[in-house]
Amino acid sequence: MRSNRASVRRQLRIGRPAGEVWDLVGDPARLAEWFPGIVACDVDGTTRTITTGSGVPMPEQLLTIDPLQRRFQYRITAPLFTEHLGTIDVIDLDDGTSLVVYGTDADPATLALVIGGATGQALERLRTLLEGDQIATGPAPGPAAGRR
Amino acid sequence: MGRKILFVTTDQQRYDTLGCNGGLLARTPVVDGLAAGGIRFERAHPQSVVCMPSRSTMLTGQHPSTHGVWMNGVPLPVDAPSVADVLHGAGYRTALIGKAHFQPYLDPFLRFEENAISSDGEPAGGTHRGFEHLVTATHGPVGPLHYARWLAAEHPESIGGFYQVLDGSLQVNDAGGGETGAPQVAINPIDRGWYHTDWVADRTIAWLDSLPADDDWFCWMSFPDPHHPWDPPQSEVGRIDWRDVPLPAGYPGRPAERRRIIDGKPRHWRLWYDGELVSNYEAPARWVPASLTGDQLREVLARDAVECELIDEALGRVLAAVEQRGWGDDVDVIFTTDHGELGGDFGLLFKGPYHVDALMRLPLVWRPARSASAAPAVVSRPVGLVDLAPTFCAIAGVEPPGWMQGRPLPVTDGDADTRGFERVLTAWDSELFGVDVHLRTMMRDHWVCSVYRPGTSHDGTEGELYDLDDDPLQRVNLWADPERRALRDDLVADLEDHQPPVRSPRLLLEAPV
Repeated sequence: MRSNRASVRRQLRIGRPAGEVWDLVGDPARLAEWFPGIVACDVDGTTRTITTGSGVPMPEQLLTIDPLQRRFQYRITAPLFTEHLGTIDVIDLDDGTSLVVYGTDADPATLALVIGGATGQALERLRTLLEGDQIATGPAPGPAAGRR
Repeated sequence: MGRKILFVTTDQQRYDTLGCNGGLLARTPVVDGLAAGGIRFERAHPQSVVCMPSRSTMLTGQHPSTHGVWMNGVPLPVDAPSVADVLHGAGYRTALIGKAHFQPYLDPFLRFEENAISSDGEPAGGTHRGFEHLVTATHGPVGPLHYARWLAAEHPESIGGFYQVLDGSLQVNDAGGGETGAPQVAINPIDRGWYHTDWVADRTIAWLDSLPADDDWFCWMSFPDPHHPWDPPQSEVGRIDWRDVPLPAGYPGRPAERRRIIDGKPRHWRLWYDGELVSNYEAPARWVPASLTGDQLREVLARDAVECELIDEALGRVLAAVEQRGWGDDVDVIFTTDHGELGGDFGLLFKGPYHVDALMRLPLVWRPARSASAAPAVVSRPVGLVDLAPTFCAIAGVEPPGWMQGRPLPVTDGDADTRGFERVLTAWDSELFGVDVHLRTMMRDHWVCSVYRPGTSHDGTEGELYDLDDDPLQRVNLWADPERRALRDDLVADLEDHQPPVRSPRLLLEAPV
């Protein structure tokens, strides 16, 4: 099979209740707080535009924000993508912790890995923010903050 | 004042592209001269045949299993051990100029330090991986790297002349060019002085010029060539007429012969040759190796040789600058590359999970500082790039830290025998878009033995065994030969016994490259 589509999945257990995790994950305007390398995030209705650290604007269509299932889905609509679907599920583990699963499906395949690879770091940042009881007020730190 | 170290690397250069190694195509008098006055290694192998793991080995002195960069796209942690850090701590001034690639390039979020530093300038008020000066380049005007930004600012009109490394799908481009339609070939009208080879040399000279005369320094000058794309300045391409290039010994001329040879190897060889399975990102995904023509190969090899000549000449300029500074007697020069290039062997180009000499036998030349009064030598015993970092420490008079897994390079075969340089290991792991390949290889005596772990195309029983004395082109796989079974078992046991420690937890693949 020579498909040019790929699927990448990252997951992480977070030591906070699912509702608390969802409060952050389910708010589309707060993405820059926990996704490293996003310097701006503007939401207008069902459209979200993020700006990456390299200055690339990436328009997105918000597809699903379901607080009952705690599922967030969006589609990157930048021309580089033939297809994209991002899915974040926050799963209650019934012990005061939750499992966050971040799936990235994309055509071209390379972009699935470029975006999906970054989601692992995003989940780590999410865990740090939530388990550290930190109040997120600005963009997640990129490499510049820690390298000197 | 101690010995200074000029560490020169190229990217994807074959052993046989140097005159001192018997190469007949490229003229490389500068490296040949270093070899004549120093130590030339005939069996230097990388610990991985792709860039990021191999470069991480050079920096850390560790095998890929241990430093954790198990394939391209897995970033080396910023706090990973670094020989540059050790040398800087010992008072050395430190720089890396050219291709780094310890972290992925495809980084729109600019979340990797290497790319962010390149975007900002350079490490301010400190070091990055032990380098106080970091100026980056890769195979063209791509990414946020210093060379790309310089070219965009100073000569934007020249950007379009480079081959477009990635296609519209961000796959490695298979578009053909030049006069034969060869993949990853383009006619590049760029001025020679603006091409990355001379750019890297110019920045190296500038940094050296900035240093006080009595400082000790470690400078890693890292040329992006002769890695594909093969798009050297067109003004230089006429040095070698591709029509005059002989087809290499490793290229079986008849397609049936190529298929017969490849069919004796594990099945991913044939699957790639026929374009049915791409197991890694390092070769164009849509390119079918079986389509490679003799003329296309000639044109690729001619351009590759031109790039090797430009590197040799650039190195010559840097060495002249070193002499001019009065450092000529006190500088050790080590020249090598991160991995080889298939270069037409078996009808293939580029690289991948194919542990044969084309990718594993590397150029390595060490010209010790003249003040060290080392005798010229040729070392035939197996050594690895993992031995470079401890060698730098030894040159600097610093005890190699315990986390380094290699040993200072031997200076003669006798020295190698005394210190037990018997084997060298290479590993491949790739897991990309549902396809995984895993192999472990050892070169010992005159044998190359590879074992395959279970993966997409392998059930874990496959292997390769070559007798380099009788079969230097590695055409006859003796893995299934009953008469070699005892030997094979011995080699496999030895290979498994010497596997390096595995980093845990495993680092994640974060980008294609």
